Amino acid sequence: MAGGPGPPATGAENAVVRYIIRRLLAAVVLLFVVSIVVFGIFFYIPRLAGATPDDLASRYVGKTDNAVQVHERAVQLGFTDPFYVQYGRFAKGILVGADYNLGPTTEHCPAPCFGYSFITHNPVLPELLDRLPVTMSLAVGAALIWLFAGVATGVLSAIRKGSVFDRAAMGVALAGVSLPIFFTGLLSLAVFSYGLHWTAPGGSFTPLENNPVTWAYDLILPWITLSFLYSAGYARLTRAGMLETMGNDYIRTARAKGLPESTVVLKHGLRSTLTPILTIFGLDLGLLLGGAILTESTYSLPGIGKYAVDAITNNDLPKVLGVTMVGALFIILANLLVDLLYAVIDPRVRLS
Amino acid sequence: MGLTACGGGNATTNNNSNNNSNATATINAAIGKVFAPSTKKGGTLRLANSGDWDSLDPADTYYGYSWDFIRLYGRSLVMFAPKPGSAGLQLVPDLAQSLGVPSDNAKTWTYKLRPGLKYEDGSPITSKDVKYDVERSLDKDTFVNGPTYFNDWLDVQGYTSPYKDSSADKLGLKAIETPDDTTIVFHLKQSFGGFDYFAMLPATIPVPQAKDTGIKYKEHVISSGPYMFQSNNLGKDFTLVRNPKWDPSTDPNRTALPDKITVQLNVNADDIDNRLLSGDLDVAIEGTGLGTAAQGRVLADQNLKAHTDLASLARTWFAVINSDVAPLDNIDCRKAIEYATDHEGYQRAYGGSVGGDIATSLLPPQIPGYQKSDEYNFLGKPNGDTDMAKQELTKCGKPNGFEIGVSYRAERPKEKATAESLQQALARVNIKLDIKPFPLADYAKLYAGKPDFAKSNNLGIMIYGWGADWPDGFGFMQQIVDSRVIRAAGGNTNLGIKSPVVDGLVDQAMAATDTAKRNQLWGQVDKAVMDTAMALPGVWSKTLLYRPDTVNNVYVNDGLGGFYDYAWMGVKS
Repeated sequence: MAGGPGPPATGAENAVVRYIIRRLLAAVVLLFVVSIVVFGIFFYIPRLAGATPDDLASRYVGKTDNAVQVHERAVQLGFTDPFYVQYGRFAKGILVGADYNLGPTTEHCPAPCFGYSFITHNPVLPELLDRLPVTMSLAVGAALIWLFAGVATGVLSAIRKGSVFDRAAMGVALAGVSLPIFFTGLLSLAVFSYGLHWTAPGGSFTPLENNPVTWAYDLILPWITLSFLYSAGYARLTRAGMLETMGNDYIRTARAKGLPESTVVLKHGLRSTLTPILTIFGLDLGLLLGGAILTESTYSLPGIGKYAVDAITNNDLPKVLGVTMVGALFIILANLLVDLLYAVIDPRVRLS
Repeated sequence: MGLTACGGGNATTNNNSNNNSNATATINAAIGKVFAPSTKKGGTLRLANSGDWDSLDPADTYYGYSWDFIRLYGRSLVMFAPKPGSAGLQLVPDLAQSLGVPSDNAKTWTYKLRPGLKYEDGSPITSKDVKYDVERSLDKDTFVNGPTYFNDWLDVQGYTSPYKDSSADKLGLKAIETPDDTTIVFHLKQSFGGFDYFAMLPATIPVPQAKDTGIKYKEHVISSGPYMFQSNNLGKDFTLVRNPKWDPSTDPNRTALPDKITVQLNVNADDIDNRLLSGDLDVAIEGTGLGTAAQGRVLADQNLKAHTDLASLARTWFAVINSDVAPLDNIDCRKAIEYATDHEGYQRAYGGSVGGDIATSLLPPQIPGYQKSDEYNFLGKPNGDTDMAKQELTKCGKPNGFEIGVSYRAERPKEKATAESLQQALARVNIKLDIKPFPLADYAKLYAGKPDFAKSNNLGIMIYGWGADWPDGFGFMQQIVDSRVIRAAGGNTNLGIKSPVVDGLVDQAMAATDTAKRNQLWGQVDKAVMDTAMALPGVWSKTLLYRPDTVNNVYVNDGLGGFYDYAWMGVKS
C-alpha cells in the first residue's frame, strides 16, 4: 500500500499497515454490533411487544393456518429458544458453519454461513455472492460516470460562473437531484428500451467476463439514470468548492507566477476541492455496493439491493441479516479506502 | 388492429367468432372463447413475474398461477378441462385414465394411470411415484408452502414424511395403496364427494424417489409434462424447453405450442406492464392484471383497450359483521349495516367496474352451485337503503345508531378506501365507524382473525377477502363460513360467521357424492350465510388482463380461477 508522498518508506508503510489493521479490527467489532442490532430488531423486539414464537413462525408456513404446523415450524426455526441461544447459533454459523436438513439428506453450510432463507431454504451467502457482480457492475460503472461528469461540470461551471453553460448545467443538476429514480428509470425504459429499442429491456444483465460489450449495453441505461441523480450533487458540490478555492490567495500567487490556467485550475484549485468530494464519494459508493435498492428494483436487476427489498418484503431474516452485514462491510471498506486516499490527495493529512 | 392466427384450431378451439385466420383484437376476445386459435408450433413464450414462486416443487406450491403453470412440466392425476368459459370448470383425467372411482361411501377413491407415461429421462411413470409425491407433500417441516388437504383428509395414521419412513421403498403411508404400477387407491378418514379436486392438486404430480433431493428438488423438477427445465436460476429466471419423452398421444389436454418458455422473476411490476404493451413480453404470469398506471393508459386508448380481457376471479371482497361485538349480536343491527352500505362505494374502492361487480352474496357467480339472490336489495339500491336501515335500527333498539370499529389491512389502499366508504355511508344512519388499520401479515393471526382481540377492540366490521383454491363450493366456502374452523388462538380464515344452520348445510354438502346435488347444497350454504347478516358482500373480483399481439390460442380458464391457460397458449413467430 502506498503511503503519502515523500516520507521514508519503511516507517510510513508500517504506520499504514498498523492503521489498516486497527481499522479492520474496529470493523469486526462494528459488524458484530450491527448483527446484534438487526437480530434484535427481528427477534427480540417483537417478543418484547408480545409476539409469541408461533406468531413469528406463522410468517414462514406459506398460506396454511394449521396451529400444530406453525408451532413445529417455530421449533424448527429455533424461535422457541432464548434470544442469546438464537444469536449464538447465528454466530456459530458464521465462525464454524452449520448443517441444514434438506429432507432426505443434510447439507453442510461452510463458514462463514449466513444461514438459510426462511422462505426459499437456500443458503444466503452464495445467493449474495451471486448477486454481487450485478451490484458492483452497476455501482462502479455509474460511480465513474457521475464522478467524471459531476466534477467536470462543476469545474466548468465554476470557472465560467454566471455563463449560459453554468446556468444550464446547474438547472439540469437541480432536475437530477429532484427527480426520483423510479420515475427517470421507468420513463427512460419506456422511451429508449420499449419505444426506440436502443437499449436493453429491464432485467437484462450479462456478466462482464461473458461479453464486455453486452455487459455495457445492458447496463448503460441504469448507469446513466443512476449517475444523473448523483452527478447533479457532485456538480453542485464541486462548483461551490471551486468557487471558494479559486478566490484564495495561493491561486492568485500561482497565476502571478505565470502558471498555465489549466495547471492553476486542475492542480491547485481542484485538488483541494476534491477532499470533501472524495469523502462523499466513498460513502455513496459504499452505500450503493451494499445495494442500489431503487435502481435495481426499477430496472429489475438481480443485485443485492433487489435482494434486500425482496427479503424485507417477505420478512426473510437470514437474508436481511446477510444484506445488512455485506452493506455494512462495504461502507466500512469504502471509508477506509477514502481515508487512505486522503493522504494521496492532500499531503497535509497524516494517517496516524 | 389485425391479428393473424395460424392454423384453424382443433375440435376444442372451434368457435364461431374466432375460428378464422384473421382474428381481430377486441375487448374480452379471450373470455368464453379461444382468441386466435392456432396449432402452429414454434417460438418462445416470454413470461415475467413481479415476485417469485413459493416453490416450483409440486409438493410445495400453493399459488394460483403456479398451479396453472406447473401443468407445463408436471401432470397430476386429473386437471381442469382446457376449455374456455364454464366448460373449463369440469375436471378431466390427466395422468389417470378416468376421473376417480369412489367406493366405501366415498371414503375410498381409485385411479388407474394411462399406459406409456414417461419422465424426461425416459423412465416410466408409475402409481408409486404419485404416491411418493403425496407422501412428500405431507411433510410440512420440509415443504411448508403447499396446502394441507391430504394431511387433513387422508387416513394418515400418524405418517408424517417419507424422509422419516423406515420402510425400504419409503412408501409406508397406509392411506394410499398401489397394488400395481398403474393403480392408486386413496383412503380417507371421512366421506368426501369432491375428492377429484384433491387429485387435481400438484401434490399428485409424480416424483421419482431416486431423484428426490428434498428441499433442493425445486432446482430441477423431473418433468412429466411437455416441457422440462433447461436452466433454473432461483430467484432470477428459468427456461423450459421441450421434453422429448413427452408423448402427446398420452395427453389430450395440452397443445405444447411454443418451443421454449422463458420466465423472468422479480421484475418491476410497472416495467412488466410497459413490456406487455410494447410487445416485449407475452404474459404477466401472476394474472393480477394491469397496474394502476398502465390501466389508465390502456382504458383511454381504444386500440390498447381492444387487447384486454376483464377476467372474473373466483374471489370475493367482503366484510364480516362481528356478532361478538354489541349491539351486533342482534341480527337486526347487522341487517341495518347491510342496508346502509353504499355498494357502489364499495365497488369504487376496488376500481369500479374494472375491479369487479357488486356482490350480493359470498359465492362468486361462476362457481357451480351459485344461485342468484339479492336478499338486501343491493342492486335495487346500489347506494344503500337508509330507510330500511333505520327501520332495522329501530327493531334492534338502537334508533339513534351506535359506534363500532372497522378494521382493514393497512398495506391495502383499496381496503382503506372501503373503510372510508363504509364510514361515510353508515354515518347517514348514525352508525359511527372508528377506522382501525392492522398489518396485513398478522391480520388473521393476531388481529381480526383472533376472536378475543376482535371483540375487545370493538371490531364490529372486519374488511376481508377470499379466493377459492379451486372453483367449487367447498374450495371457496368451507374455510370462511364453517364456524368449527374458528380457533380461539387466532389465525382464522373464518373471521366470525357462526351459524348452526350454515354448519349443517356444509356437512351435507361435503358428504354429497352427486355433483349436481353437492353444488346445489353449496348454493344453499351461500344463501344461509346471507340470512345471518354476518357477511357484507362487496365485490366479485375481476382483473384486467392484457393480451399482446404476440400470443395466440389464448383464453381465460375459469377452472384455473381466471388465468390465461398457460398450457394452451402459443406465440406468433
